[in-house]
Amino acid sequence: MTEAQPTLDDYRDVAPPGTIDSLRRLSERVRGRRLVNVSASREVGGVAEILRGLVPLLEEVGVESAWETLDQDGPTPGTAIAAPLHRALQGSEERLPVEVLDELRDFTRERATTMDVDGDVVMTHDALPTGLVEARPQEGVWVWRCHLDVSRPQRRAWTFLRQYVVKYDAAVFSLPAFAQRLPIPQFLIHPAIDPLSDKNRELAPADVDAILARLGVPRDKPILLQVGRFDRFKDPLGVIEAYRLVKRQCDCRLVLVGGAESDDPEGAELTADVLDAASRDRDLHVLDLPPTARLEVNALQRAATIVFQKSTREGFGLGVAEAMWKSKPVIGGFAGGITTQIVYGVTGFTVNSVEGAAFRARQLLADPALCARVGAAGREHVREHFLITRHVGDMLALMATLLG
Amino acid sequence: MNGRAARTPFHFLGCWELCEMLGRRVYDERELLEHLEEVPLDSIYFHTHSVFLRARVLPGGYPNDFATWAAIQVRDRVLGEKLGIIDPQEMPDLEALRTELVSLIDDHLAHLGSVPRVIFGEPFYFMQSRILEIPTGRKVRTLAELREALAEVDIASVYVHVVEARGRKGRRRNDFAAWIDEQLGLPDLAAAVARLNPSTSGLEDVRRRLLRLCDDTLEDR
Repeated sequence: MTEAQPTLDDYRDVAPPGTIDSLRRLSERVRGRRLVNVSASREVGGVAEILRGLVPLLEEVGVESAWETLDQDGPTPGTAIAAPLHRALQGSEERLPVEVLDELRDFTRERATTMDVDGDVVMTHDALPTGLVEARPQEGVWVWRCHLDVSRPQRRAWTFLRQYVVKYDAAVFSLPAFAQRLPIPQFLIHPAIDPLSDKNRELAPADVDAILARLGVPRDKPILLQVGRFDRFKDPLGVIEAYRLVKRQCDCRLVLVGGAESDDPEGAELTADVLDAASRDRDLHVLDLPPTARLEVNALQRAATIVFQKSTREGFGLGVAEAMWKSKPVIGGFAGGITTQIVYGVTGFTVNSVEGAAFRARQLLADPALCARVGAAGREHVREHFLITRHVGDMLALMATLLG
Repeated sequence: MNGRAARTPFHFLGCWELCEMLGRRVYDERELLEHLEEVPLDSIYFHTHSVFLRARVLPGGYPNDFATWAAIQVRDRVLGEKLGIIDPQEMPDLEALRTELVSLIDDHLAHLGSVPRVIFGEPFYFMQSRILEIPTGRKVRTLAELREALAEVDIASVYVHVVEARGRKGRRRNDFAAWIDEQLGLPDLAAAVARLNPSTSGLEDVRRRLLRLCDDTLEDR
């Protein structure tokens, strides 16, 4: 079912007071200007999810907003070609064949001849469309928006991308740790969640009950939850270890929502280990849900007593904000954007070990008042910093700054 | 007197902050010192003033990013405490604030055998602020109207008129104090408002105290 697109006024009840009026006033500086976003895909991935929410809201406040994608004429090999580059940029040790870079170069050169990217501001997202800058027209400000964790990229991958990035007028990263040595201004814009989307909107308790029943997760004891791909950086096995330490003292269930990427052999092996652990424990549930199961993830987060995001490496980790928005205490790994979202001891706990995760989970399970206090503070923290309305404002401020 | 209308109304401004990264990161206190000597003043401002705009909850309760980093990431609580007590409002300008920060860290390091650095924590990332002012369209002429508006405006308005007014625009006192004195002729209230400082407990507390001061004056008259 397609979600109805909310208008800016629909966010008045959830955004901080005065935000919507501020956005409307701020937008006056760039009203009538044209913003062109270029991403790999309209359907797949986190960037598409972000732009699906942002583009209509920017349009509503008077920014002429276009969204071009490299797959608009149907599926292309581009995404598959870019996948190893993305992994290399995020620090994977997988070898990056030179043919991949040649293919990417040819792909973007060919696309550049057919795409309409005339705008006052043109923003390309992530690696695949970066090379379009070579065909940029004289007019317009070009911005490269990087959503990837490029804090420790493979040198060859970054060198390849950097030759294009330096031709932009500015770059935008999600965290200060991702900033690079570049001769262009670099701005910080955190990603954000859409509180009115199916993944985050309010759900009636009866709906939560029904969804959990359908998923086969009983609600007879506290639920610990982690949502995230099964790869070693998300550390699902570490979460299972922590759960076992917790369970020695507090009866509870663990729900792991995730699965392996189809092209990730390491992830498949990890999934087998997770499933093996689950097969021997009736209180350990492994749910492999499709990316469209937004309501299901929403319901699971609402049903959980504690949410884990025990990553050892993380881009931004918006799952933390999603859980905090539902007033859940979050125990997160000391990695990436998790440390930005969790104010230690106030909006949750960051931990550096399995034992740390277990210790904090035990502490929270034993103290419902602490759970409530941390959950409430987390929700307010998200309201202030990680809602889509703030993202809209940052985009308007960026445009106003770059256009002068 | 409490109904006195100002000839020039008070126009509430709001703001939006865009954060720019300078691509400078430091791992120890010596590097922090060296970069502090070089970074643009807008970066000093970002880490000592607009921190209140970004953080309702100050990590560890420290009122600037340098103190927070030293105490929490480097785990050098002594330096964190020394940096935490620096009050930007007591400095004539940002250059003087830079000098104070540099000399304090330099003195601290002179008394140590080795340079403290992050081991388990995160490096310090230098940033700078781009503050875009936004007219709110709200204007007031009396103390009662000011009080009413103060209770309702976005906290960014309090930031613009209290912190930005002095920190970046270099005004002798904050905008509320100046207007209350010059337009409403209430020097005692203006003096009390001029003393308001977010360093200890943040912007919402400044708003609360401002409202209380307005209420007290309105009741007395």
